[in-house]
Amino acid sequence: MAPTKKRNVSSAKTNQQSVKKAKIDINSKVDSVLESKKHANDVFDILEVLESEKEKDVIGAVSACSKLFCTLLERKELFRGKLPGEEEALSGEFSAEDKYRIFMRHRYNSCVEMLLEHLSHELYGVKDSALCCLMKFAAGEGQHPLEDLDWSEHYSFPRELILAVVERLLSKTTDNSLLISRFQEFLEMEDVRYYVMSSVRENVGKVMDKNKGAVVPLYQGNVFTLMSNISLPSKESELTNFMVKQEAKHEDWKAAKLIEHKRVFERMWLGFLKYKLPSNMYKKVLVILHDSILPHMSKPTLMIDFLTAAYEVGGAISLLALNGLFVLIHQHNLDYPDFYKKLYNLLEPSVFHVKYRARFFHLANIFLSSSHLPVYLVAAFAKRLARLALTAPSTALLIVLPFIYNLIRRHPACRILIHKPSTEDEPLEDPYLMDEEDPVECRALESSLWEIKTLQKHHHPDVAKAAMMINKPLPEQEDDISEVLEITTYEMMERDLKQSQMKSIPLEFETATQLLKGGGDVLGQHFCLD
Amino acid sequence: MGKVPKKRSIADKVRKAKTSTEIKNNPFEVKINRKKFDILGRKSKHDVGLPGVSRSKAINKRKETLLKEYKQKNKSNKLIDRRIGEYDAKMAPEDKILQRYAMERQRVHDKKDLYNLNEDEELTHYGQSLAEMEKFNDLMNSDDESEEKGLLSAELTASHFGGGGGLLKKKTSGDQQEEEGSHRAKSRQELIEELIQKSKQEKRERQVQKEEAQELTEQLDKEWKSIQALMVKKTPKAESDDKPEEKPKLEEYDMMVRELGFEMKAQPSEKMKTPEELARELKEKLQKLEADRLRRMMGDEVGDSTQSQVHMSADDLNDGFILDKEDKKTLSYQDGKWNIGEADEGEEEDEGEDEEEGESGEDEESEAEDGDEEEEGEEEEEEEEEEEEEDGHSDLESEQESEDEESKQEDEGASAEPTKTLSIEELKAQQEAAKAELPYTFAAPESYGDLKGLLHGHTPDNQRLIVARTQKCNHPSLAAGNKLKLQKMFGFLLEYIGEVATRSPPELTTIDKLIPEVYTMCQMFPEAGCKALQTILGDAGHSMEEVLEVKGHVAFPSLDMLIYLKVTALLFPTSDFRHPVTTPALLYISQALTKCPVRSLQDVTSGLVLCCLAVEYVSFSKRFLPELVNFLAGTLHLAVQDKTSLGYTVVPPFRPSGKCSDLLVLSNSESCKNWSKKSLPLSSTQHLDLQNDLDRDHHRLSCLSTCLDLVKRCCLLYKDLVSFACIFHPIRTLLSKHLPAQTLPELLQVGAKEDRNTARSFSYFFRFSPSRCLLDYGKKRGSTREEREKERLQHKYKKEFKGALREIRKDSRFLAREKLNEVMNRDAERKRKVRELFGSLATQEGEWKALKRRKRK
Repeated sequence: MAPTKKRNVSSAKTNQQSVKKAKIDINSKVDSVLESKKHANDVFDILEVLESEKEKDVIGAVSACSKLFCTLLERKELFRGKLPGEEEALSGEFSAEDKYRIFMRHRYNSCVEMLLEHLSHELYGVKDSALCCLMKFAAGEGQHPLEDLDWSEHYSFPRELILAVVERLLSKTTDNSLLISRFQEFLEMEDVRYYVMSSVRENVGKVMDKNKGAVVPLYQGNVFTLMSNISLPSKESELTNFMVKQEAKHEDWKAAKLIEHKRVFERMWLGFLKYKLPSNMYKKVLVILHDSILPHMSKPTLMIDFLTAAYEVGGAISLLALNGLFVLIHQHNLDYPDFYKKLYNLLEPSVFHVKYRARFFHLANIFLSSSHLPVYLVAAFAKRLARLALTAPSTALLIVLPFIYNLIRRHPACRILIHKPSTEDEPLEDPYLMDEEDPVECRALESSLWEIKTLQKHHHPDVAKAAMMINKPLPEQEDDISEVLEITTYEMMERDLKQSQMKSIPLEFETATQLLKGGGDVLGQHFCLD
Repeated sequence: MGKVPKKRSIADKVRKAKTSTEIKNNPFEVKINRKKFDILGRKSKHDVGLPGVSRSKAINKRKETLLKEYKQKNKSNKLIDRRIGEYDAKMAPEDKILQRYAMERQRVHDKKDLYNLNEDEELTHYGQSLAEMEKFNDLMNSDDESEEKGLLSAELTASHFGGGGGLLKKKTSGDQQEEEGSHRAKSRQELIEELIQKSKQEKRERQVQKEEAQELTEQLDKEWKSIQALMVKKTPKAESDDKPEEKPKLEEYDMMVRELGFEMKAQPSEKMKTPEELARELKEKLQKLEADRLRRMMGDEVGDSTQSQVHMSADDLNDGFILDKEDKKTLSYQDGKWNIGEADEGEEEDEGEDEEEGESGEDEESEAEDGDEEEEGEEEEEEEEEEEEEDGHSDLESEQESEDEESKQEDEGASAEPTKTLSIEELKAQQEAAKAELPYTFAAPESYGDLKGLLHGHTPDNQRLIVARTQKCNHPSLAAGNKLKLQKMFGFLLEYIGEVATRSPPELTTIDKLIPEVYTMCQMFPEAGCKALQTILGDAGHSMEEVLEVKGHVAFPSLDMLIYLKVTALLFPTSDFRHPVTTPALLYISQALTKCPVRSLQDVTSGLVLCCLAVEYVSFSKRFLPELVNFLAGTLHLAVQDKTSLGYTVVPPFRPSGKCSDLLVLSNSESCKNWSKKSLPLSSTQHLDLQNDLDRDHHRLSCLSTCLDLVKRCCLLYKDLVSFACIFHPIRTLLSKHLPAQTLPELLQVGAKEDRNTARSFSYFFRFSPSRCLLDYGKKRGSTREEREKERLQHKYKKEFKGALREIRKDSRFLAREKLNEVMNRDAERKRKVRELFGSLATQEGEWKALKRRKRK
């Protein structure tokens, strides 16, 4: 809108008038075309406007086209079946009626092509209206198929049109996320979603093969946006919203069966994940994997390869893969060798600083809640967490300390970590091996959780108090970790800021004389005022 | 319903009739509590119960107590049995009788005094009436009786009664059984006689004592009179004992006592303190404050002492201010004066200011004002406002203002003479001086804009003066609303500091000068100060959190925030276990150290400032701050050239390698040659003006040296921690392996080496011992005696509580039953009466009818 206006600042008024006029013109032309076949050639004028520079004109023309061709589709005035060439049609032995239909069908085709072009237009308004128009055409075509239904199994659906639209949406050069989110409203219709999914799969296969599996960030971004917008209903009975209703044997239609949807959905995702992904895409996929992909797959176990690969990557990606793996292990009997060993190796200093800290600890809590775990493993986890706690920020410490306590509560044999009955052979060094990757070998059970003793001197009172808990016998009740998982530093600050208004505030009694003095003069020694 | 208790009562009757063995043998009465397991060595008391018996017992008891109470419920008159020892089971019946008799006698005796000639019973001794004798004795007693007489009489009585002495002895020994055994035959008469004798003896003894005391008193009095003139300063306490005895001379005595009291007052109560004493006092006060601080550091609950401590520190501040040459002294003195008389107030104030400024602009004016004392306060305020307005306008007008003042002075006339004779140049010079000179009184600023206007354009020293004077003029003791005004002003002052710090270039000297004022005001209003800083910290924390949520990282806090953090440390104790201001502040610092990525040399500098602050915050309490160590290690990591094989892990916000991870690597190793350690300016946290590589390298080296010094300090701080070696492991590897000596300049090398050494020596110093973490686990059984006792008592309490609850329930049930019974009985009675009436009526009727029939016949 804005750029258009700017461009025509000089003749804004006249231009507006002309636009209005043009609109009226186009509308009257549409009417005239629809009125009688005599004015058929006015179609060309309309299509011409469609290629105009001005956004308003184009949008007007698009809506005119949609009106025109939808009406024609309804009236069945477009040629059905195999379309003969234009020249051929003129020369061939068709009736005048047929000739008109063939002519119109050709116009329709060129109009569709232009609209598809517009889908990669730089202005969103144009893209938007073109997309809506195309979807209207698709609906029209579905109702009044342009192809001959020569065999019974074939259900009428404008598959080519959808394929073409999807192809345009999944652009390789621009980020179409806005348009794709607009497209989402159409994805609510079951059949559209079904065919979009299969088209996406085809498209991805084609494009990625062409690129020889190399990473195409923009394209993959678009694909991901489109795919993540697709969500399947959970029950068969919810499949009610169709764009095209089949007259015959609607029940047998693939698009009307949830199992088919699931199959296509699964194939689509597997097809997408087959190729190499940029790392941020990896994370995005993993974030939604467990709750919006896995439940909709017909065979979730097919994701094992992807998830194990992701788990091997290390770092944040491994953390995220945990979630999907958990679902598979928990619900689909996945047997994952060395799962705990890998989990153990995920515990690094950075684990306290990443964004997905809460999710990780939530899952780790679940994994370690099993009562069948060997003691050495639990002890290794507790010890490693305690060691890492020495570098952790306060918010993380509020999670880690109850976490360790819970481990000890669940596995009373681990109490040896905080209470060693015999102390004759007191080792001079901590027997625990921090660099050992295997929890079996790390000798955690020979050590103790002396790190918590250090944390009792932590600067934040809450952390220090939590660490003090170990001085007394732990209460039987487990601490609820979920409360502290999402805690932020500001929330911790607020605790102190909000409370203790009634109590008197202790003051510093050493008189302050200068800005840089006081507190051991550390600042004053290294910095000066100017 | 009504029949149940009746039945039970019948059953009770039956039960009562039976013997206990009979009941025990009756299988219907016995309830056997079945045991699930036989436990060896445990005696069970309650294996067999007799519910019927116990129930009837309980009911009987209730009938005796609860039911009686219930029946007496709304009755105010009651029968009190005052017979001696009637309900005292401990008292032997003999005793009871004795005492009762004594009482009786006493009463009779009293009566006898009142001209009662007729006596029922007369006791005689050798033919003489005992009553007579008593009378005689009494008389004797009432008169002054000598000791000998008393003794003699006692002996006499003893001899008279013969064996009475032995009897007496036995009685006093309290061996009642023997008494009963051997002297049963002795009649009551004898006992009574003994009793009488005893009481007499006691009476006599008392009299003697009294006499003695009186005599002594008289003697003392005489002596006192003789030395009274000499002993003027004797303590009044000694006399107060004698006071009641001297009845006739009471007034005289009173006067004397009063005299003495006044003389006491005239004496100096306290002598002037010597400087040593003062110093000791100060030291003690400081020690107390230090102890308080330690207590708070340990996180103990803050008791009432804090309140007093706060006041103390406020006082302390005043003292401190005297030392600091603040005009606080004048102020406090002024306060003292203010309450008694306002006369000298203005003068005092002016003098104080004179001393400080060394000039006297409005002196004459205010001295003139001293004349009218009543209106002074008002006038002063008016003047304040006037001046405030003038000042508020701007300094441009001050020339006009000074001219006005000149004219005023001329009007005064007192010192106008010299002004008139001044030449134009001199006048001009004076005007200049007047312009430079500050007004003495300020109104408290109503808004931040006011304060800014007030301070705008003055030198830092003058700004401080302005703030000090404003604060003085609006001291809370001067007017009611001043407290609020100053509290507001504190907020404005903080805002001003923030604004000054954000200016470019930041005017940090101004802040530096304002610090004492801020401190003073904070001491005056801890709540307001706390709130103001809390708001600042809260806002900063909130905005940081918001940015973090969106971006995942934030920029380092700007200079004003750093200043605020420093000011927080100056105003509030950083060592407290939990403090409403410093705890969030330290949390903010740690958050900044973990979340702010280091992208430039400015960031490094900011980070180091934060580290310095963090070290200051924990320097006293030695609390562990993992973020600080992480950041220092990360900063050192920035100086590592070769980042291929690290023997340590870098903690975010630092990255092992990549962009901005070698910020502190020197571009030219030669540049360290002409580098010397300098303090970095605080403003370098905001923008750095480094033209060439050499400057940049020098800055890097300064940063590194700062960092190394901080590492050293941290080592010293945390050397006592159990996990010292573990905490400093990355830094040690960094220093020993990755920061080789040749890349660092000579000076730094020394520091680095030292660090390495300290680190190593401490690492050996630390010994890992699991025994430190030895903890008692599981349920405590054989713990200390107190704990066991406590547990036992708790258990007992629980049991008792349950029992009481049960009893109360039973009581209420019993009462309900009784009430129902009552109602039923009443109804039955009524029914019976009604029936009776009907019956009599029927017979009447029948008789009447019979009569009629007979008549008819």
